[in-house]
Amino acid sequence: MIEALSFEFMQHAIIAGILVSLASGIIGSLVVVNRMVFLAGGIAHTAYGGIGLALFLGIPIFAGASIFAVGAALLMAFLTLKHRHRIDTFIGLIWAVGMAIGVILIDLTPGYNVDLLSYLFGSILAVSLDDLYYMGGLLLIVVAIVTIWYREILSVSYDSEFASLRGINVPLFYTLILVISALTIVIAIKVVGLILVIAMLTIPVYIAEKLSKNLFGMMFLSGFIASIFTVLGLWISYMFDLTSGATIILVSAVSLMLFLIFEKLQNRQN
Amino acid sequence: MSVIDIINLSFGYNEEKVLDNINLKIEKDDFLAIIGPNGGGKSTLLKLILGILKPQSGAIDFIDDSMTIGYVPQNTNINMDFPVTAIEVVLMGHSYTKRPIFGYGKYETACAMEALREVGMEEYAKHRIGSLSGGQRQRVMIARALCSHPSVVILDEPTSSIDASGQKQIYDLLKELNKTMTIIVVSHDISITMEYANKVAYINKTIAFHDMTEAKSRFSLHPQGHFCEVELLQLLGKRS
Repeated sequence: MIEALSFEFMQHAIIAGILVSLASGIIGSLVVVNRMVFLAGGIAHTAYGGIGLALFLGIPIFAGASIFAVGAALLMAFLTLKHRHRIDTFIGLIWAVGMAIGVILIDLTPGYNVDLLSYLFGSILAVSLDDLYYMGGLLLIVVAIVTIWYREILSVSYDSEFASLRGINVPLFYTLILVISALTIVIAIKVVGLILVIAMLTIPVYIAEKLSKNLFGMMFLSGFIASIFTVLGLWISYMFDLTSGATIILVSAVSLMLFLIFEKLQNRQN
Repeated sequence: MSVIDIINLSFGYNEEKVLDNINLKIEKDDFLAIIGPNGGGKSTLLKLILGILKPQSGAIDFIDDSMTIGYVPQNTNINMDFPVTAIEVVLMGHSYTKRPIFGYGKYETACAMEALREVGMEEYAKHRIGSLSGGQRQRVMIARALCSHPSVVILDEPTSSIDASGQKQIYDLLKELNKTMTIIVVSHDISITMEYANKVAYINKTIAFHDMTEAKSRFSLHPQGHFCEVELLQLLGKRS
């Protein structure tokens, strides 16, 4: 492992893994407490349309995917606020259409034989310096937003009816949460891929939720736990030459299982 | 002098009238119980008073337009897993316009602690909300409503999911608060509500209003602190 650290791609991978883990900890906590996991899944898959668009137009992948993901987030926020009872149908629809657009656009892109798997399962070993700047910048923005508007976000997430009675613009904050989730999902796709994003957003959060007293602690702890899973997964995938995204998720899932067993045993003792 | 004056108020969803020509004067030291069947319009009346809905005809006048109304919503058992401490829930009751850039101001935290002390929950300030009992959680919700320094507090079914001893504690607390503010309680549980309320409004599309102050003095309290049903029926039977 030590000699692996001398490779630049490995250094980038570890930094990217930690940046994305910290952002996922914050966003995953918000997604879980707001019960938006299915929405987040929809956004992740719709982002594939943006990947297709980026390849077709020859613009950076992050730019294309971000545009599509934010567009999907705005559309879902609007639909959730207007037609809450039918939202699952709409999410399924947006999810599938986004992916279909991606596939067609890649078909239409001349002479480019894209490796679909790298988007489905991530390509953490191919993170460029520019990617790192983008990830770092986004993490800063996410941290700034949840720090400045922590009380509003907490209030809207806990009891939106009461929050609106106290004069908080609930639709605005609901939309804001979805938009920063969309942007975080895009950088997480680079690390674990769009299929596995949901696991990255939920497994560390599930463990952190049981161990923290408030939302702030949960966000911080989730980020920390996700970082450990990511670095550990990366190391195992390097040692055994496995797909890194999938390894990270399996490391997380096994850790969750051990955590649940440990918790059961401890409850039995008390 | 009435704090809230409801005049000829009507409201309906799609043609069908839910409330028809409601007139009600709520006085400053009232402990008003709003009773009535499900679907009779109790919640709609609450939403109109809180300003969530706008009256279609008639008006609701407040003694002072800047006065605040504290609200304790019906179901406090939702979101039990939510990672939030009691004090943070109370802090949500503050205004969001005057606030520091980060977190909560010192005066806000002090005020929230004071509200928790008022409802007897200060030692649970740092406890997670889901770890509290139903009655304790309800008192935290009352503290949250107190944070806005209300002149009126409205509670929607405050004891629906609380055991008998917890219910009495909640009503004793409301009686204490009633010394400085108006209390409005929507409830199914007639016997305990009647014991504490001085006015009763029965809402079933229209309103039937009873002032219990005089009637109550004619009855001695049941040893257990509840009216027996015969007494209740007699009280309600005497229309003013």
